[in-house]
Amino acid sequence: MKRYVIIGNGVAAAGCIEGIRSADAEGSITVISAENHPVYCRPLISYYLEKKTDLQRMNYRTESFYADHGVTVLYGKTAEQIDAEARQITLNTGESLPYDALCCCTGSSPFVPPMTGLDTVEKKFSFITIDDTLALEQAVTPDSRVLIIGAGLIGLKCAEGLHGRVQSITVCDLAPRVLSSILDDKCAAMMQKHLEANGISFVLGTSAKEFKGNSAVMQNGETVDFDVLVLAVGVRANTALVKNAGGEAGRGITVDVACRTSLPDVYAAGDCTEYHDISSDSVKVMALMPNAYMQGHTAGVNMAGGEAVFSNAIPMNSIGFFGLHCHTAGSQPEGCEMIEEADDTHIRRLFVKDDRLTGFMLIGHMHRTGIYTALIRNQTPLSSVDFARLRIGPQLAAMGAAYRDKVLKGAV
Amino acid sequence: MKRIYVKEEWCLGCHLCEYNCAFANSGMTDMVKALRGKTIYPRIQVEQDENGVTYAVSCRHCKDPVCVKSCIAGALSKKDGVIEIDHDKCVGCQTCVLVCPYGAVVEDGSGAAQKCELCLKNSCGAPACVKGCPNGAIVYEERGEAE
Amino acid sequence: MNFYPEFEVVRNDDRCIRCRVCERQCANEVHWYDEDGKVMLSDESKCVNCQRCVTLCPTRALKIVKSDCRLRENANYSDQTIKEIYRQAETGGVLLSSMGNPNPLPVYWDRILINASQVTNPPIDPLREPMETRVFLGKKPDRITRNPDGSLDTKLAPQLTLSMPVMFSAMSYGSISYNAHASLARAAAALGICYNTGEGGLHEDFYQYGKNTIVQVASGRFGVHKDYLEAGAAIEIKMGQGAKPGIGGHLPGTKAVGDVAKTRMIPEGSDAISPAPHHDIYSIEDLRQLVYSLKEATEYRLPVIVKVAAVHNIAAIASGIARSGADIIAIDGFRGGTGAAPTRIRDNVGIPIELALAAVDKRLRDEGIRNNVSIVCGGSVRSAADVVKAIALGADACYIATAACLAMGCHLCRSCHTGKCNWGIATQRPDLVRRLNPDIGSQRLINLMDAWRHEIKELMGGMGINSIEALRGNRLMLRGVGLTEKELEILGISHAGE
Repeated sequence: MKRYVIIGNGVAAAGCIEGIRSADAEGSITVISAENHPVYCRPLISYYLEKKTDLQRMNYRTESFYADHGVTVLYGKTAEQIDAEARQITLNTGESLPYDALCCCTGSSPFVPPMTGLDTVEKKFSFITIDDTLALEQAVTPDSRVLIIGAGLIGLKCAEGLHGRVQSITVCDLAPRVLSSILDDKCAAMMQKHLEANGISFVLGTSAKEFKGNSAVMQNGETVDFDVLVLAVGVRANTALVKNAGGEAGRGITVDVACRTSLPDVYAAGDCTEYHDISSDSVKVMALMPNAYMQGHTAGVNMAGGEAVFSNAIPMNSIGFFGLHCHTAGSQPEGCEMIEEADDTHIRRLFVKDDRLTGFMLIGHMHRTGIYTALIRNQTPLSSVDFARLRIGPQLAAMGAAYRDKVLKGAV
Repeated sequence: MKRIYVKEEWCLGCHLCEYNCAFANSGMTDMVKALRGKTIYPRIQVEQDENGVTYAVSCRHCKDPVCVKSCIAGALSKKDGVIEIDHDKCVGCQTCVLVCPYGAVVEDGSGAAQKCELCLKNSCGAPACVKGCPNGAIVYEERGEAE
Repeated sequence: MNFYPEFEVVRNDDRCIRCRVCERQCANEVHWYDEDGKVMLSDESKCVNCQRCVTLCPTRALKIVKSDCRLRENANYSDQTIKEIYRQAETGGVLLSSMGNPNPLPVYWDRILINASQVTNPPIDPLREPMETRVFLGKKPDRITRNPDGSLDTKLAPQLTLSMPVMFSAMSYGSISYNAHASLARAAAALGICYNTGEGGLHEDFYQYGKNTIVQVASGRFGVHKDYLEAGAAIEIKMGQGAKPGIGGHLPGTKAVGDVAKTRMIPEGSDAISPAPHHDIYSIEDLRQLVYSLKEATEYRLPVIVKVAAVHNIAAIASGIARSGADIIAIDGFRGGTGAAPTRIRDNVGIPIELALAAVDKRLRDEGIRNNVSIVCGGSVRSAADVVKAIALGADACYIATAACLAMGCHLCRSCHTGKCNWGIATQRPDLVRRLNPDIGSQRLINLMDAWRHEIKELMGGMGINSIEALRGNRLMLRGVGLTEKELEILGISHAGE
C-alpha cells in the first residue's frame, strides 16, 4: 500500500487527493494542514466580507470529503524539512512522516516590503487566509478609515469586500495603475474609474514610506490617515522546503508538465510552483486557482502511478468589482498585434502573434469568453478559424463546421 | 449517458429553445409572468454561421470538465455524468465562464453563473429545449464520440 | 388600389414576451420588432394567414383573424369578386391560385351516409377479428383459365400491392420541397403504400424507395428516362389534373434551380412548361401507343396508370382508357389541389369526383370491362369516411395530397404559388425547406394513415364487411341525404330511409 503525503491543504491539495484516488483507491493519504480549516479557496475571503458566502459555504468540498477519500488531515501542523533520500519529512512537532510519494502544495505567503515604522501601526492585517479575514472583520467598524497597500487582485478584492462596512477605503500602489499585473493602462483606467465611482479612493504611483501610528507618509510627501491598514503588496511562493532539500526552484518550485520536482518522488502543485506558460513560452509563477487544481490533480494521478500531464497552462483571471467584470488570459508577447474594440463601458482587446491568439483583456464583455481562452490554450491557428467573427464576439460559429460536428454531435 | 445534441440541419434559428430554457428554469408556472418585460438568461445559445446555418449550444457535460476544475468555490461538480452548479456556493467570480471552451456556462442575470443541468433540477424533468423544439433539431439521447 | 388587408394580426400585448419567434418565422415579413418602442409591430397586408406565427408563439399572444372590413355588401358582386376585378384592372394578368377549389359547391361525400349492421346481420369487431385492408391494383382476369396441363393459370397482369387503399398523389419535386418528398417517400415505404413523383422526375436520393413510388410521365416528359421508369412500382401517364383540367403546367425558372432542374433534366433557370395536351396523343389509339411504349420499356413488369381530370364526359373517356391497355385509371375531381393554377380554371372547370367515380364505375360495369382496370379516385378525399364511401361507390383506392400536406404541416393558406411556404412544403427556399424535418413529416403521415386504417376497419366492421374487396362497389352500403333524384341516380344509391 502506497503512502502519499501532501504538504498543504489548499485547492492544489484537494486536486491532488482527487487525482490520487482516480488511480489508486487503496494507498494512505496524509495531508499536513497549517490552517485549522478544511480546504477552502482563498479568493473566497473577499466574498466572505461581502457576505456573498459564509464559513460553511466556503468549504471547497463537502464535510465528508476527507473521509470519503480516505484522507488523514493533520491540522495545525507544518512540515519543517524534507529528507528526499530517506523519503520522509519532519514536522514542527518533531515527528517524522515517511512517504512513498510527496506533493508540496505549500502555496505562497504575503510579502511585506520593509517600511519604516510599520511596528507603530496597531491594526494591520494581511489578506490571505480565513484567519486574516476574521481578524480584519473584528477590527473594522463603520467608522473605520481603511488604507490598503497594494492595488492588485488581493488589495482590490479586499476593498470591495470591506465596502459598505467601513467609512472610507483608500488604496495605494507604487504602480501607476490598478491591477498592474493583469491590465494595461487603458483597461486599468476603466476599472479604476468604476472603483472610484463606488467610493474607493486611490493614491497611485507612490507608496507608503513611513508609518506614524495611524498615519502613513507617502513617498510623494502626502499623508494618509487611517484606522486599519491592510498589507496586500504581493505574495511569494513558499519554496523553502523543496529548496532546502536540494530541489530546484526559481521564484517558485520548478516542476515539469507532470508536476514533478527535481527530487525523486516529490511533486509540487499550485501557487508554490513555477511552470511553463504556453502563451508566452516562458516559465512563470502563475498563482491561479484553476491551474492549482489542475496541477494538483496531475500530480496526484502521477503519484499513484497513472499518467497525466498539464501541458497547456496559461495565466488567466476572472475578476470583477461592483458588477464590472474583467477577464484576462494569456500574454502580450513582444511584437504582438492588438485588436481593440471599445466604448465607455466595454473594452475588448485581443492580442495576436504568429497566427495565434496569445492573450486578451476584456472588460464588460464576459459572455462566452471561454471560447477565446480555448483558442489560446489549444494554440489554434487563426487562419483555420473565422477570426473576423471572433473579433465581434466569442462563438463556435467561427470554429468551422467540422469542429462543431465534433463537439455538438458527439460526447466530448 | 444521455446528453443534449443538436441536429443543425433542422435548426430553424427560431430561438424558442432559449425562451423555453429561461421559462423552465424560472420556477414559475406561467411563461408570460416568467419572461414578459425581462431580459432572458438562457442556458442554451443559438448561433448562426456564415452560411446561415443555425444551431443551439448548451453544456456538453464533458468527460474532463475544465469548469469543475476551475471553480474557486467548489460550486461545480459532476454527479452521475451531469455537471451541476450549486447556486448557494457560487460567488459569481465567473471563472467558469472564462474557461468553458464552448461558451456554455453563462451569467444568470444576478451575477452568478449558470449552465444547462438537463432540466433535472427543475419541474420539467426532461430538457425543455428538446421538448419545445418545433423541428426536432435538439435531441436528448445516448451517443458516443462524434465520428 | 389599396385595400384593407384580408387578415388582421391580433397581438395580445399582455402576453407577448418579445421573443420574436413570429418575426423570424414569417417568410412574408409580417412581423418586426421596434427597438424604440420595445414592441412587436406588424404589416398585415403581407399576411396570408398560414398560422405559422400563431402555432409557434410560445405564449399564445397571437391570433390571425379574417378582417371584417368589407366592401359594400352585394350578393352578386362579392367582396372577392370586386377585388379580383380591381386586381386584373391593375395588372392585366390571369389570376393565380393554389390548392383546391374553395367555393361552396356541393360536397357529395357529406351527403352520403354509411350503413351499419343491426340484429339481422352481425357487425365485426376489428380488434378481435381479422380485417383485410390490402388491395391489389391492376387488370384482373374475367374468368378462371387453365393451362394445357390442366393446372390453374395463375399468371396475372402486373399488380400494385397496397397495404391499405390510399396513396399519396402526384406532387412534383419543384412544386414541393425535397423534404416533403422525403417525408412522403419514407412514409409510403413504412406504410406499404405508394407516393407519386408528379412531373418532376425522381431525385437520385429517392430511388431507394422505388418499390413505393409511382413515376409519372406527363406532357412535358420532364425527368423521364429509362432508369426512372424502371425505378418505380407503377408508371402514371398524366393526361389531366382535377384542379386545372385542360391546362398544362408551368414551373417558373426561378424555381428550376439546383437539384430541381437536374431532376427534371432541364437547364437551370429555364421555365418548365408542360403543354396542355400530350402532343403525341389525340385519340385513345394514341394513348394506347404510349401505354404500350412504357410497358415495352419496362418489360411489362409494371402496371400503367392513366390519370385524367373529372370532366363532363368522364365515363366515356374512362371507357376508352380501359380499352387502351392501361391497368389503372386515376380520376381527379374538381376539388383537387395544385401548387398553382389559373383561378378561373380551378374554380369553374371539372366536376365533383363523387359523381365522376360513380359514373365511371357504372359505365365500365355496364360495358363488361370493369375488370380491365382498377379505379383510383382523388380530388379531395379528406378522411377515412370519404375513403370508405369512395370504395363503396366503386373505387379500388384513393389518392390523397391535400390531406397529406396537412399532415406534414400545411395550414391551407393557399399561397403555394408564392413559393414562400412557411411550413417548408411548397417552397424551394433552403431556409424554409429546412422547416420540414422528414423525421417528423414522415411520422405524421404514418400516424395519419394508421389512424385512417383503424377507422376504415371500424366502419367496415360496423357494416359486417371484413375486406376492402367486399366493400368495393357495394353501393347498398350508402344512402344519400338531401340529394335530388338525378344525383341519387348518378351516384347509384338510394335516399336515406329507402
